Amino acid sequence: MNLLIDVLSGLCLLAGSFLCLTGAIGLVRLPDMFCRLHAASLNETLGTPLILLGLILQVGLTLTSAKLALIVLFVLATNPTATHAMSRAALHSGERPIVDPEAQEKSSSKS
Amino acid sequence: MLVATLIALFLSMVLILLRAFAGPSVYDRVLAVNMFGTKTVLVIAVGGYALGWTSYVDVALLYAMINFIGTIAVLRFFEATAPEQATPDESNGEPRP
Repeated sequence: MNLLIDVLSGLCLLAGSFLCLTGAIGLVRLPDMFCRLHAASLNETLGTPLILLGLILQVGLTLTSAKLALIVLFVLATNPTATHAMSRAALHSGERPIVDPEAQEKSSSKS
Repeated sequence: MLVATLIALFLSMVLILLRAFAGPSVYDRVLAVNMFGTKTVLVIAVGGYALGWTSYVDVALLYAMINFIGTIAVLRFFEATAPEQATPDESNGEPRP
């Protein structure tokens, strides 16, 4: 039982840190502000709860794990909200996503 | 495993700092700072548990709240001070010059 919990928490921590690293690499390498927003928000919204879930599994059923679960709930609620506010503010202040002109022509000729 | 997670977190924090310094627009920097704050929450929680200081989870919880509120406040500020002609024209999908 103990070994099972250790393996599960290790898997959660590994997956979470992999997602965090991928999000950071996407933040550096993607060409456009909205692409970067996409990479950052998606990977962070899953990666942060996974790392904290790994910690919860290691801590056990105590007050500390309840606080960690509270952080998970808070991050799950606020992270998409912050991303939405950011994209809306960027769009309102004149940022435009890079659009491939050929793909735009294709979609407009289809419809 | 905790040490590996901490190393990955610090690596991603370095990459996020690169974007925060290089970001062409204000919103890139806001995004990078927000992401950096979330990573800081994780570092406080994981590092505190690895060192045996479980009361640091309270600090992480507070930091998550302050991070969110700070991001929203900075976005409100830049949205309110944006120039008036910059409002988007929805009728055509032309990118602005």
